[in-house]
Amino acid sequence: MAILEVEDLKVYFPVKAGIFNRTVDFIKAVDGVSFTIEEGKTYGLVGESGSGKTTTGRGIIGLETITSGRVVFNGADVTSRKSKSKDMRKDMQMIFQDPYSSLNPRKRVIDIIAEPLRNYERLSKIEEKKRVQELLELVGLSPESIMKYPHEFSGGQRQRIGIARAIALKPKLIIADEPVSALDVSVQAQVLNFMQDIQKELGLTYLFISHDLGIVKHMCDEIAIMYKGRYVEQGTKYDIFQNPQHIYTKRLVAAIPDIDPRNREKQFKFRRQVQKEYESSYSNYFDNEGLAYGLQSISDTHLVALPERG
Amino acid sequence: MSNKLLELQNLKTSFRIEDKYYAAVDDVSITVNKNEVLGIVGESGSGKSALAFSVMGLHNRAKIEGNIVFKGKNIANSKPSHLNKIRGDAMAMIFQDPLTALNPLMKIGDQIAETLILHRPNMSNKERTEHVIELLNMVGIPRPVYVYEQFPHELSGGMRQRVVIAIAIANRPELLIADEPTTALDVTIQAQILDLIRTLKNEMHAGIILITHDLGVVAEMADRVAVMYAGQIVEIADVHTLFEKSKHPYTRSLLNSVPAEGQDKLHVIQGIVPGLKNLPRKGCRFSHRIPWVDPSHHEENPELHEVAPGHFVRCTCYKHFYFPDETKEVHIHGNPRG
Repeated sequence: MAILEVEDLKVYFPVKAGIFNRTVDFIKAVDGVSFTIEEGKTYGLVGESGSGKTTTGRGIIGLETITSGRVVFNGADVTSRKSKSKDMRKDMQMIFQDPYSSLNPRKRVIDIIAEPLRNYERLSKIEEKKRVQELLELVGLSPESIMKYPHEFSGGQRQRIGIARAIALKPKLIIADEPVSALDVSVQAQVLNFMQDIQKELGLTYLFISHDLGIVKHMCDEIAIMYKGRYVEQGTKYDIFQNPQHIYTKRLVAAIPDIDPRNREKQFKFRRQVQKEYESSYSNYFDNEGLAYGLQSISDTHLVALPERG
Repeated sequence: MSNKLLELQNLKTSFRIEDKYYAAVDDVSITVNKNEVLGIVGESGSGKSALAFSVMGLHNRAKIEGNIVFKGKNIANSKPSHLNKIRGDAMAMIFQDPLTALNPLMKIGDQIAETLILHRPNMSNKERTEHVIELLNMVGIPRPVYVYEQFPHELSGGMRQRVVIAIAIANRPELLIADEPTTALDVTIQAQILDLIRTLKNEMHAGIILITHDLGVVAEMADRVAVMYAGQIVEIADVHTLFEKSKHPYTRSLLNSVPAEGQDKLHVIQGIVPGLKNLPRKGCRFSHRIPWVDPSHHEENPELHEVAPGHFVRCTCYKHFYFPDETKEVHIHGNPRG
């Protein structure tokens, strides 16, 4: 069952100028994005900085006002004014990128994690404390640390406090915006493993936003590549990594450093070759404004942005 | 003349915390040769940047012991006036964050010209401008004449990093220290910058120290690799040996924590990198992160052992190391990692 359906999502930011501060133009941060996520799956959204991947995530959860489009979550349209969005928010949570700025430095761990609980559930002080301690244990932190402040924790521990806050209300969908980008490899492994574990345990669905293709490959079932607010390619892990069709995807895949030094020369040659192809065939893949074309289906799972020719 | 460009002899860099000195770089001895890329890998807090800053003499109040021999001369604790003749000329550094490394109030061209004014005072203004534009061209900045007049905020992250590189290579340094040169950048731009550094090595035959936490970058760039943990080098070898026959538990754990083909679960290193004040100064510094290895297997004063020509490993615990999620027998007797 599809837990999240996004239809033609657009988020435009106005550009204001002149003495009357009139809107003169729009920045199309997200420009017509559609996808569905099945329950219990991990859907990866990949792109370089400025591609609109974070704005997509924020638009879905309601942190950004969307210009047009529909977001259907669990069968209910959350974009229509009539919807009781507060109930929806309970089931949809977000893990933020930077564990250093997403936790209030002046609040204790108990207040950080209990905040969503206080918004939605009436709990006594004792019940609340018990729940927070359970959550801390679940994310692998000592229950005694509830009275500590965020600065007393390392980056990986902080990110786990952020995760504890996100799962406090037992959500169905978690939007993880670059959850490990700020962390060292070994800590990164810790957080990723943990995210997989709680996914199994709680039956979570992830929208996993990242610029790191290696991690996305490790975590995700389905992957979409974004460029300048539009999708350039969407498919299964196999489609994207073994059979990329769009030149932009090929370029991204080629740019991943290979961990085996024996492949060094091969990788460099391959990259040069892809770069040449990118320069020579740019106009076949991008329109006059340098944007991707509409998506064409090339198999049941695989969509590629190509000019309409059939 | 020998091929040795830089030799660190028992380098120890200590910082003062509450009236006591703590070593962030502890007894590091390495050499960098001409036309060679030495990769230094480690997590944040392992002391790799502190090492680079020590070589460049950029620490303000640190205590530096040991020798930093650059082209046959010891430059450790030299006067700034002496260092200023070397820095930016024979020895240069690419900084991690291009946004803070550039002066926001100075035109791009002037920032690059600054190092030329300092080190080549005889250059005429016209020559200098031409040279700056040539440099901008070299690092692949389009429309260099136009960019010359621009300010840092008008450029993207990748372009800014190219400017930082242009400043570093302005005087064709013999030693280039690149401190996480691509960490702040997107993958496609990272690939371009690495390509550029490679070209520089091939054209200028410089020795390069490449500091990074990204094992993929090291695998693609380095000739030799040193792995740092808690201020010490725990393993050093040529790049092929390090990736195929790594011995030290820390190196192996790091390699195992990177997502790879057909890997279900990533390896997690227990515990955290200890802070500078809490660093264990006695015994194997990695021991408390591999508590399942019997304490008797660690050396009392862990040293670097040469296990193969050019391949050094610290401590003896590597002989007894295994991953706890695997069966014990296989790895004590068998050759780890095949």
